[in-house]
Amino acid sequence: MNGYRKWIAFYTMLRKDIVRIFRIWVQTFLPSVVTSVLYFSVFGTVLGSRIGTMQGVDYMTFVIPGLVMLAIVTSAYANSSFTFFQSKFFARSIDEMLVSPMPPWLIIAGFVSGGIIRGILVGTLVMIVSLFFTGLQLAIHNVLIIFGFAILTSLVFALAGLVNGVYAKSIDGINLVPTFVLTPLVYLGGIFYSVHNLPGWWQAITYANPLFYLINGFRYGFLGISDVSIATAVGILSVLIVALVGVNWYLIRTGLGLKQ
Amino acid sequence: MASALVIKNLKKTYGNGVHALKGVSLEVPEGDFFALLGPNGAGKTTIIGITAGLVNKTSGAVSVFEHDIDSEPEIAKAQIGLVGQEVNFNPFEKPLDIVVNQGGYYGIPRSIALPRAKKLLEDLGLGDKMNQNGLTLSGGMKRRLMIARALIHTPRFLILDEPTAGVDVELRRGMWDYLRKLTSEGLTILLTTHYLEEAEQLAKHVAIINKGSIVASGTMDEILAMHEDKGESKEGYRGGRLEEVFLKLTSEK
Ligand SMILES: Nc1ncnc2c1ncn2[C@@H]1O[C@H](COP(=O)(O)OP(=O)(O)OP(=O)(O)O)[C@@H](O)[C@H]1O
Ligand SMILES: [Mg+2]
Repeated sequence: MNGYRKWIAFYTMLRKDIVRIFRIWVQTFLPSVVTSVLYFSVFGTVLGSRIGTMQGVDYMTFVIPGLVMLAIVTSAYANSSFTFFQSKFFARSIDEMLVSPMPPWLIIAGFVSGGIIRGILVGTLVMIVSLFFTGLQLAIHNVLIIFGFAILTSLVFALAGLVNGVYAKSIDGINLVPTFVLTPLVYLGGIFYSVHNLPGWWQAITYANPLFYLINGFRYGFLGISDVSIATAVGILSVLIVALVGVNWYLIRTGLGLKQ
Repeated sequence: MASALVIKNLKKTYGNGVHALKGVSLEVPEGDFFALLGPNGAGKTTIIGITAGLVNKTSGAVSVFEHDIDSEPEIAKAQIGLVGQEVNFNPFEKPLDIVVNQGGYYGIPRSIALPRAKKLLEDLGLGDKMNQNGLTLSGGMKRRLMIARALIHTPRFLILDEPTAGVDVELRRGMWDYLRKLTSEGLTILLTTHYLEEAEQLAKHVAIINKGSIVASGTMDEILAMHEDKGESKEGYRGGRLEEVFLKLTSEK
């Protein structure tokens, strides 16, 4: 396969996934939007007025970046874990790609890119929805950091979701991790509070949570405030990406967990 | 003439310890209509899976038009069109999309794949089904969709694993005619089937595999010559000559 053919193959995968994402928008877009409307209503409007400010900004403004991040993380993860799992177990349509001359890294790139696209789309939607709760005001400190973190975070969680999809033996296998690992990590990663509001031991645990760095880096892009330095956040993100690319590379070599 | 497929001493042990292939060697000449025959569980699908890149082999070598599947997998795979034994397309997709996307995975842009896919689906009698859900296709239509999908990238070597299983008599004849037409245009075909009389009529070369080993191979005439008709009037059903040879070679005694 020359470069052009590889591009066509990649484009085919991506196009197919984007068509699917838009076709089943009730499952792909709506849940995150509904969830964040609830959060914005409860935490922003109802409770927010009682909480007042957090790190010097209005509470509603403080939680928006974290909730957008939550949407990105869960969407990117769900997309690649589910599409891979489905094509492996459901009628084994993954065979269509395995018999083709697409090298394994290209197949992985196709699945991961679908996750990135969905992560960014859903994140953007949630951000737009948030505007209705802030009187159409959006604080932006540094657009590049916002986009950078959004894309890298979707990459990380699309890669992680793919690993999950490869190892999952049943549909429960792809629901367990988001429920018991991902969601707690995001919630405890400082969406709703600054780490400085926590008791010492809890702070220590928070520093071990990778999501904490991502949320803070992302929030810095909007508000210019962060509990950690951006360099640290980028460093952690890079380590995650390298580690996950490593795991996926291993899966490539052993046949993606697909071949007997 | 070049060989479409050369398999040397191929062995496969599955994770559960089953020795599915115990040293299979096989050659399919270019332009051939080759029948790979054997009872259930003999190892036919395993050989095909390894050749097409769906199963990892344990040892041995496989090359497709002189391209080794390990060292030149992309070139080897581009030559092959596979119609698998099990239905393996997403039934919620439309036949036209399934075929066009398959072309995409081989690097064929939509503008070229689309008219080609329509033509293939029409040739295979699915012209009026191409924009319906795959779910609505009957068993025989699903098989024909899989044939169209396997031909979208104009492979030189078509592998069919029981393409006529569950297809009615009339359509089966149509399918054989279609495949015969393709071989006359230069396509090499390897297929497995349990319809031995059809294989007897159509195939040029045959290999019979039993329990992971090839027990006979050669031209159809050579294989049929192994049949010794002693003229005894046996009781019960008697099949064609190939069937008799097949049973002699594969039944346990
Ligand atoms: N995924 C697998 N894991 C373990 N064993 C397998 C697997 N696939 C096939 N086998 C075993 O390998 C042997 C050969 O199977 P294979 O599917 O190649 O036979 P076949 O000749 O295609 O049979 P059939 O005519 O029934 O399709 C059988 O004993 C089968 O049980
Ligand atoms: Mg089989």
